[in-house]
Amino acid sequence: MTPEVLTLSNTPLLYTAAMLVKVVVAFVVTLLIVAYATWAERKIIGRMQTRCGPTMTGYKGLLQPIADGLKLFFKEDIIPAQAHWFAFIIAPMMILAPAFISISVIPFGSDYQFTYDGILYSVPLQVTDLNIGVLFIMAMAGLGVYGIVLGGLASNNKYSLIGGIRSTAQMVSYELAAGLSIIAIFMLSETLSLRGIVSAQQLPLWGLEFLPSWFHNWYIFTQPLAFGLFFISSLAEINRTPFDLPEAETELVSGFCTEYSSMKYALFFMGEYANMITISAIGATLFLGGWDGPFFSWMNFLFKVFAFMFVFIWIRATFPRLRYDQLMFLGWKIMLPLALANVLVTGFAVLLWQ
Amino acid sequence: MFKELAKGLGITLKHLLPGNTTTVQYPKERLEIAPRFRGLHRLVPTQHREKCVACYLCPTVCPAKCITVESAENEEGEKYPRVYEIDLLRCIFCGYCVEACPVEAIEMTAAYELADFKREDFNFDKERLLKS
Repeated sequence: MTPEVLTLSNTPLLYTAAMLVKVVVAFVVTLLIVAYATWAERKIIGRMQTRCGPTMTGYKGLLQPIADGLKLFFKEDIIPAQAHWFAFIIAPMMILAPAFISISVIPFGSDYQFTYDGILYSVPLQVTDLNIGVLFIMAMAGLGVYGIVLGGLASNNKYSLIGGIRSTAQMVSYELAAGLSIIAIFMLSETLSLRGIVSAQQLPLWGLEFLPSWFHNWYIFTQPLAFGLFFISSLAEINRTPFDLPEAETELVSGFCTEYSSMKYALFFMGEYANMITISAIGATLFLGGWDGPFFSWMNFLFKVFAFMFVFIWIRATFPRLRYDQLMFLGWKIMLPLALANVLVTGFAVLLWQ
Repeated sequence: MFKELAKGLGITLKHLLPGNTTTVQYPKERLEIAPRFRGLHRLVPTQHREKCVACYLCPTVCPAKCITVESAENEEGEKYPRVYEIDLLRCIFCGYCVEACPVEAIEMTAAYELADFKREDFNFDKERLLKS
C-alpha cells in the first residue's frame, strides 16, 4: 500500500512533531559537524605537515572544540570605539544565518516510513522541499557575502576594509561561475527542487538500460566539467585556501575579522565551517546523487559530505594562496567562459538527445 | 599545471599516513642531547673544596662578562675563589670559560631547563654551581 504523506491539514500534530524533530536533528548535527570539523581540520592538516595536531585535551584531543568554545565564550567582548556598533554586532550573525538556512532545503535521506494508528506514513528526510531549492541556495550564498563586507566595513580598520572589498569582488565573480555550472545540472534534471534532482539521479546512467542497476545517473558522470567548476568556485565562495584572500593572514592580519574577539569571532569561525558543510552538502546533492548509495540513505549522504570536507581540508594543507590578479583572471577568463561553454554544449545535447 | 597540483596533493596525502609525524612530545619525551652540549655550568669539586684556583682566566676570556671571581687564601695557604658567581642572564653559553680553565675546574652540564621566576634566581653563586 502506498504510504500517506504527512500534511499540516490532515495530521497537524504528527506533522508538527515530525517537522520539529527534523529541524532539531538537522541543526544539531550541523553544529556538531561544525565543532568537530575544526578538530578534524587541525588534526588532518597537522598530520599532512608532519605535526600531531591537538593531543592534550581528552583522548587524541577530542575535547579541543569544546575547550576552544568555552575559551572564546568567556573572553572579553571588545567593540572598537570607532566601529559602527550595530553593523559590527550584526555582521557575524549575517554570515552564520544563511549558512544554516541553506541546510534546510537539502534532502539528507530517503523517505522515512512509519506506522501510526494503523496508517503507514512517510516523512521526507528534508526540512522543507522548496520547488526553487537551487535558487534558494544561490540566494543564501549571495547573502553570505554581506556578513563579510559588513564586518570589514564596520570595523573601521584598513585591513578589515581591504578584506571586505576583496571578498566582495571574489565572491561576486565566483558566484557567476558556480551559478552557471549549476544551470547545466537543472537543464538535465528539469527541476529546481533538490529532492527532484536527487530522484533524477537514480535513473540508469546516461539513460542506458543495459548497464547493471547500481550504475546510477549521478551528474558527476554526465557533467564532469560542471563538477570541477562548481568545486573550484565554491572553494572561492567559502573563502577556503587557495582562495582565502579576504582573511589572508600574511597580508591582512586576519582580514575582515581582525577587530573581532570573543563570541563574535567564534560566530565568524562557525560561519566558515557551516559554509563548508553547506557547500559539501550541495555538492553531494547536485553531483554525487545525494543520499543515493549502498548504505542507509543518511549514511551515504554524511559519507559524501565528509569526503567533500576532507578534500577541502586536503587542499588547504597543500596549496598556497593565489595572488589577487590571478584570482580575478581565473574567475573571469577561465571559469566563466568554461561554464558558459558547458551550458551551451549541454543545451545542444539536451536538444539533440531528449 | 594539473600534474604539479596532483603531485602536491600526493605529497600531503603521503604524509597523512601513520608514522610520518616528526613531533617530539616534549615534556613527556625528550630528544637525546649531544655529548658536547653546553648547558648550565658546574664547578668541579675535589674532596674538601672546589677545584678552582681563582686564576681569573675565565672572567678574562668571558665575552659576555658574566663571571665574577674574587680570590682569597685559605688556611693551608692555597689560593681559592672566595666568590664565584655566574650571571646566567648575561651568559651566552659559549663555553670559553671551560676551554680557558687550566685545571678543568669548570664544565658544562646537560641541564637546559633554566627558566625561573625572579631575576636574583639567575645569579648562580659558588654553592649552587658546585651542586649543579
